[in-house]
Amino acid sequence: MAASAATTSRPPLARRLLGRHPVGYLFVAPYVVFLVAIFAYPLGFAVYMSFHDYFFAAPGAIVERPFVGLDNFTTALADPVFRRAMLNVVIFIAINVPLTVFVGLVLATALNAAIPFRTFFRASYFIPYVTASVAVIGVWLWLFNSDGLVNAILGPLAPEPSWLVNSSWAMPIIALFATWKQLGLYVLLYLAALQNIPEELYEAAEVDGAGPVRRFTAVTVPGVRPTTTLVVIAATITGANFFTEPYLLTGRGGPAGASVSPVLLIYTQGIEQGKAGYAAAIGILLALGVMAVSLVNRYVLERS
Amino acid sequence: MATATQPQPAEVLDEQATPIAPPSRRSRRRLWPLLGLTVGALVFLFPFYYMVIGALQREPNSGISGAFPNPANLTLDNLRDIDQAINLPRTLLNSGIFTGGALLTTLVFGLLAGYALARLEFRGKGMVFNAMLLILLLPFQLLMVPLYVMIVRGYLLGDTYLGMILPYAVNATAVFIFRQFFLQLPKELFESARLDGASELRILTRIAIPLAKPAILTAVIVTFIGPWNEFLWPFLVTKRLDLQPLAVALANFISNVAARQANPFGAILAGAVVLAVPAVVLFLVFQRRFQATNLGSAIKG
Repeated sequence: MAASAATTSRPPLARRLLGRHPVGYLFVAPYVVFLVAIFAYPLGFAVYMSFHDYFFAAPGAIVERPFVGLDNFTTALADPVFRRAMLNVVIFIAINVPLTVFVGLVLATALNAAIPFRTFFRASYFIPYVTASVAVIGVWLWLFNSDGLVNAILGPLAPEPSWLVNSSWAMPIIALFATWKQLGLYVLLYLAALQNIPEELYEAAEVDGAGPVRRFTAVTVPGVRPTTTLVVIAATITGANFFTEPYLLTGRGGPAGASVSPVLLIYTQGIEQGKAGYAAAIGILLALGVMAVSLVNRYVLERS
Repeated sequence: MATATQPQPAEVLDEQATPIAPPSRRSRRRLWPLLGLTVGALVFLFPFYYMVIGALQREPNSGISGAFPNPANLTLDNLRDIDQAINLPRTLLNSGIFTGGALLTTLVFGLLAGYALARLEFRGKGMVFNAMLLILLLPFQLLMVPLYVMIVRGYLLGDTYLGMILPYAVNATAVFIFRQFFLQLPKELFESARLDGASELRILTRIAIPLAKPAILTAVIVTFIGPWNEFLWPFLVTKRLDLQPLAVALANFISNVAARQANPFGAILAGAVVLAVPAVVLFLVFQRRFQATNLGSAIKG
């Protein structure tokens, strides 16, 4: 009796070591290989490159790539172009986040009311999100060109030089473009969050004498806070990653580097000029910045 | 509420117009959201309308009158121009192979991984899942230079479909969607099949996958728009025009050759329409699949 209880309570060794379904290893193996080869190993490689004078050489040539310590990082931090790129990320976030949160929440609130053509509105906000940046940049180029439609409507109010070649407007236009392109996603996320706020909270607030504005600030805003955290983090990541916009919309970060982005810098330095170690250091500084902003956000916005 | 003593006129008015007044009040309450939503829809849709209008103009008209269709100024020549510049069938085929390859590997490996992470118990499963979450927080651009050094310069996969597809081989959002779906299925389904002696692969292919059609469709749509719209990575990998996906060829056209064309915007916009249509149509047909929950996990990682 006792012996049989002991054998049933102790599964075979292989099962104890590997779990009930060792075949699971076979199933996840391709994905694990992918994660290691495409993410984990290149991450380690990026760190290695950033501490070395890693440059491109002819294939097969044996070259020395000496350890240079923090040189790549200090060079980047002292480089005015890198600083401008980081400032542009800040400008991007400063325009993108408030606009996304405000317009996204307003449109989601309107969609949440009982209104006709809801599916149509939902779909129309989402279409820019599913369309290739390259395609919509083609239209924006035409719209904001010096003799484009926007200037034709503005007439004498049009900025001189025109939007995309104006050093104070190039970066805001990029931020505006990215906000427009991504907003539909956040409208959907806010809509889902709004639908999760219990109706009783609004009723209770109304009984307590809260007007529409007070109900919005006291019930809606805290109710969608997790989504707002998500918006801020996602906007930071987008802000750190934008490349196609300065490459195409403002002609390689123009005018005169006014809209250069960190990733554009990684591309020109690391791939065009072959200074891979320097580019890797820029990438790591950028990733550290994004992580810091995300952590601060989580802490500040999720504290309550 | 303070004017509780003087509501008579309004009440009387309401009584007199009972059939009309309540709807009018309701519609007034609806009017503001509807107006806001309409303005929003215009802002979002106008560039697409303008893209099509511009693609069809014989003489580019960027003035206010150019925003309205003009039958005297219509042409399909722009499509011919962009086709001569970047070979539309070829670049579309390249986009199709790049996207199709990423879809195929995502479905095969993603279903296997999603099933294992949801329904199988093995030591280290939690670690795989956590590693997946952690690694997804990494911006792809941080890995751009090492991946380029490895794939293009190390393995010499520049100007190959394989080199394009590799970083997109398994879409993490798809793995998430599959895992979530398989977790929702009743446990008894799998246990009774196991009691009958079915292998896990057989359970996956005969029971789980046939049930997972909605999840697969969602994953296909979410995975499709990634590679189809992607510019940076295939741009780094492909230098040969005959291997470039449409997004890359069109971007190169915009930044290099556009200045030489008689009507550069017409050709650019015609190319933009061709690039945009497949993703937009796919979205419109299956738009109910774009649910906030799936997309939320896409951003969270």
